Amino acid sequence: MRDARAEVFLWAAQRVTAVFLAFFVLVHLATIVYAVRGGLGAAEILARTHSSLAIPLFYALFVLAASIHGAIGLRNIAAEWLGWRGASANAVVSLIGLVLLALGLRAVLAVSA
Amino acid sequence: MMRPARNHPAYWAFLVHRLSGLALTLFLPAHFLALGTALQGEARLDGFLRWTERPWVIAGEWILVMLLAAHLAGGVRLLALELMPWREWQKTLAALAAGFAVVAGLLFALAR
Repeated sequence: MRDARAEVFLWAAQRVTAVFLAFFVLVHLATIVYAVRGGLGAAEILARTHSSLAIPLFYALFVLAASIHGAIGLRNIAAEWLGWRGASANAVVSLIGLVLLALGLRAVLAVSA
Repeated sequence: MMRPARNHPAYWAFLVHRLSGLALTLFLPAHFLALGTALQGEARLDGFLRWTERPWVIAGEWILVMLLAAHLAGGVRLLALELMPWREWQKTLAALAAGFAVVAGLLFALAR
């Protein structure tokens, strides 16, 4: 029963993060297309990320949603394609999710601090 | 024995969504580490960005933008299928998803 509830929770978490990510990714894609015109430069990137607190906040939430979404996605792939389920699979994908979160927040800090 | 039906648009949409999601998740650590070079100063990040001007890196970026757009479009399609009652729109949505990925990729390729 607890397992079934956990599966429902993860299913819902994957959809909720997907809704947020749909918005984040659209903004990110538009930013990429705009930013690469005339080549990418560190000064230009850092000027943009330093311009407002909203940008690091946006990317911190983007990183959080992507880490959760990516980890749950990997868990689904491990279960369905590799037949790898249970505590060991959960531990590994949780660790991957935490590493993604830590590296992502570090990147946000690097370009905004 | 019945074999799973695989040669239809919904299966290809599923496969593209899954493989693009996997590739994007594997790419994320590299993306974050690259941006993290800014911790060592603007010059370090600039050095990395100069490295990305190689044609094969730009080709890789182009593929990643396509994968991101495809995963976004496929995800919106899945949300619509699961949360809305209009399943007969499946093929139209799959086509729109593919179209959006191509448009985003072409925009990026033309801009770079």
